[in-house]
Amino acid sequence: MSQSAGRTVVYAARRIHTMDPSRPQGTHVAVRDGRVLGVGTLETLRGWGDFEIDDRFAAKVLLPGFVEGHSHVGEGTYWRYVYCGYFDRTDPDGRVWPGARSIEAVVARLREAHETLVDPKAPLFGWGLDPLFFGARRMTRHDLDAVSPERPIGVLHASGHITNASTAALALAGYLRTDHDHPGIPLDDARLPMGELRGPEAMMPVLFRLGVDRAAMSGDEAGLRAFAKLAVRTGTTTATDLATPIPDDAIESLLRVTGEDGFPLRFVPAMHVRGHTPQGAVERALGLKARSTDRLRLGRIKAHADGSIQGFTARMRWPGYHNGAPQGLWYIEPETLRALFALGLEHGIQIHTHTNGDAAIDLAIESLETALRAHPSPDHRFVLQHCQLADSAQLRRMKALGLCANFFANHHFYWGDAHHDQTVGPDRAERMNPCRSAQDIGVPYTIHSDAPVTPLGPLHVAWCAVNRRTASGRLLGAHERIPVADALRAITLGAAWTLHLDGEIGSIECGKRADFAVLEDDPFEVAPEALKDVGVWGTVHGGRIFAAGAA
Amino acid sequence: MLPTVVVGGYLGAGKTTLVNRVLRGAGGRRIAVVVNDFGEIGIDADLIESRDGDVLNLAGGCVCCAVGSDLVAGLMALPERIAPPDVVLIETSGVALPGAVARAVRLVPGLDADGIVVVADAETIRTRADDPWVGDTVRQQLAEADLLVLNKTDLIGAQALGALHAWLADVAPRAVRIDAVDADVPPDAVLGAAAAAQPPLPPLSAGRAMRSGVLRPALGLFESRSIVLDGALDPQALARALADPALGLVRAKGVVRDGDGVPWVVQAVGLRVRVTPAPPGTPAADPAASARLVLIGLRGTLDAGMIEARLGLHGAAAPDRS
Repeated sequence: MSQSAGRTVVYAARRIHTMDPSRPQGTHVAVRDGRVLGVGTLETLRGWGDFEIDDRFAAKVLLPGFVEGHSHVGEGTYWRYVYCGYFDRTDPDGRVWPGARSIEAVVARLREAHETLVDPKAPLFGWGLDPLFFGARRMTRHDLDAVSPERPIGVLHASGHITNASTAALALAGYLRTDHDHPGIPLDDARLPMGELRGPEAMMPVLFRLGVDRAAMSGDEAGLRAFAKLAVRTGTTTATDLATPIPDDAIESLLRVTGEDGFPLRFVPAMHVRGHTPQGAVERALGLKARSTDRLRLGRIKAHADGSIQGFTARMRWPGYHNGAPQGLWYIEPETLRALFALGLEHGIQIHTHTNGDAAIDLAIESLETALRAHPSPDHRFVLQHCQLADSAQLRRMKALGLCANFFANHHFYWGDAHHDQTVGPDRAERMNPCRSAQDIGVPYTIHSDAPVTPLGPLHVAWCAVNRRTASGRLLGAHERIPVADALRAITLGAAWTLHLDGEIGSIECGKRADFAVLEDDPFEVAPEALKDVGVWGTVHGGRIFAAGAA
Repeated sequence: MLPTVVVGGYLGAGKTTLVNRVLRGAGGRRIAVVVNDFGEIGIDADLIESRDGDVLNLAGGCVCCAVGSDLVAGLMALPERIAPPDVVLIETSGVALPGAVARAVRLVPGLDADGIVVVADAETIRTRADDPWVGDTVRQQLAEADLLVLNKTDLIGAQALGALHAWLADVAPRAVRIDAVDADVPPDAVLGAAAAAQPPLPPLSAGRAMRSGVLRPALGLFESRSIVLDGALDPQALARALADPALGLVRAKGVVRDGDGVPWVVQAVGLRVRVTPAPPGTPAADPAASARLVLIGLRGTLDAGMIEARLGLHGAAAPDRS
């Protein structure tokens, strides 16, 4: 797997797309010491001296390894639970789990898992549920009781914001009572919880009793390894975990796992500011940054300015939500965000800020404007994560301030219809995640999956940004579509830029890391509608070869 | 059920100062301070005795620990981290909605939300309430308060203070308001009678229906009274009677027996009164225990005679127990 030092290997390919405009394509790439020596034809590479030719990719198409700028290790850990999603999804070992397309199908899927459990009272947990696609009917505790009346069962929704619980699970958490007075616990005719628990607070006591360890779900060794396997399957060579507390005792394990010879990913975890003062967070990030290795890039901070659009907690400007819901919540005090920005600029620590609603985007823009006056930093590359409801005026201010955007392109496909009909209405749904406007205005941007909220898969994300089709087939916001070439740039160089890594990765270029996505087809040649279906053979990471099938 | 008090209010209002005050006046109560904020643990250094992992051991058997973004998970994991306290005090972040935090507390087995205390900076609260970013958040915090500690009143004049109270009566209609300087509020007002370190009551003498007495004359602005109730009472009627702003009550808690001898817990925080069945197996449900009410109110406003009249308990002696 690893290449001996100083040896040169030239890989022949059907085609190599470099993302380097001065040498956009080639048929051969020379690799030495895990880096790219050159790309072109066999003839142009001969000058580098002795080499060994490797033909295994002769029928494949190479692109720079994909970079996922906003994902979570939960994409790997969730697979230890039962997948209950509506769409087909591939697990880390390559098994494709067919979508469960009705409540009955979800129940059947859970029953299969139930029958493999020996202890009749052992909890059962599923994830990925999206009842939005089941029409008006909502899943109740009685539906889950059909799997087994005595087994406590919980199913987390795809959004991560709602959990369905069985009667036994509700009883286990002490929820089976008639005096609930919580907006997140809808009741049935008997004044008992109907089985849907909305929002992290209402869900948590049940998840806790089911033994679902949210900390473990957000990443442990096994989860990180599974996540890395999924990265190989999707052509991803660099991925973020945005965000994690990165406790002290996790650092050694992160260094060990990412340092293993067979670890196929450059892993970029951002530390969450929660639990720290701005000063404490920046100091800790500086300490972490110093421990970075090639495959573990530490020293970034994540903050949440607001919540989610579909949870109606994203912070909205006038006129707010389309259905009249209140204007959302702040998850940080403006003073704290300003202090964090100022300290981040002062010490060169990059801040990624979760902003979904347009008011949250305003706050981040104004906070950075103030902080930049005190600490002018021409290349800070602070990123507004999701940034879904930015309007053009906000994009122009972002451009002026050097703010990057990481748009949640997958939202169109999964929740675009809900955004159009319920959350923000047609006007704003059509311009959500404005890739085209950002590009025209000159805001550096990338696009992301927020895995496990939606599946890890940069080509799928690119497909979403190119086509802007919703799950129902609606074209939502034709104007904001981007060409295939721009979408592919967004998931390579674009994402690398937002991580300050564009000098190392994001293109196949002399001196850069030999990180390639190895594809079965040429994404520049297939129909734009088929972009998501381009096969992925695997990856090359720092010159090491990883076949998806063998991962 | 472990009484849990939520302390909310915007950044800089004096939440941490208030928490330190309460810790200093704990009087033997073991308080667990749970900080649900951006990492700033502002416990006064002289109160910290030792550190046990991420739990601070404080003077008098109190503790302080932070919970991350997941408040409910943090509260559920609390028994693994600390010995059972007498009362939990949650200090929220400046943008938290304390009503939502209290609702979340009620979802945690073993915890009962026992009041929302909101601290407001008398000098800046009007400006905050009009702030384009957080104005609506601040107003909602005020609207959710049972007890509103109007802090730093020394920074504004009497006329401004009067105007502020008039405004707050509108913005925070269900709160009992307390003026304070340096968040100097008696711990009992914050923690409630539930967790009050009560001196033993005198033995009941035959034929006496009720006694009341001043328990803590040294509370400064506040006084506390204990009323022993021997006869049957309608708990709902009692609750309605207590929810009258004219009584000047800040907090009340007690056990009463209805006509069938069933014990009920009656709790008031500000103007919010709750009646719940006394949990079986607890002292409150013990048929041999005397039923009593502990009342905390503003000195001079808490009128024993008025309360007795409201409760329909006329003509009883009120021995001074100071």
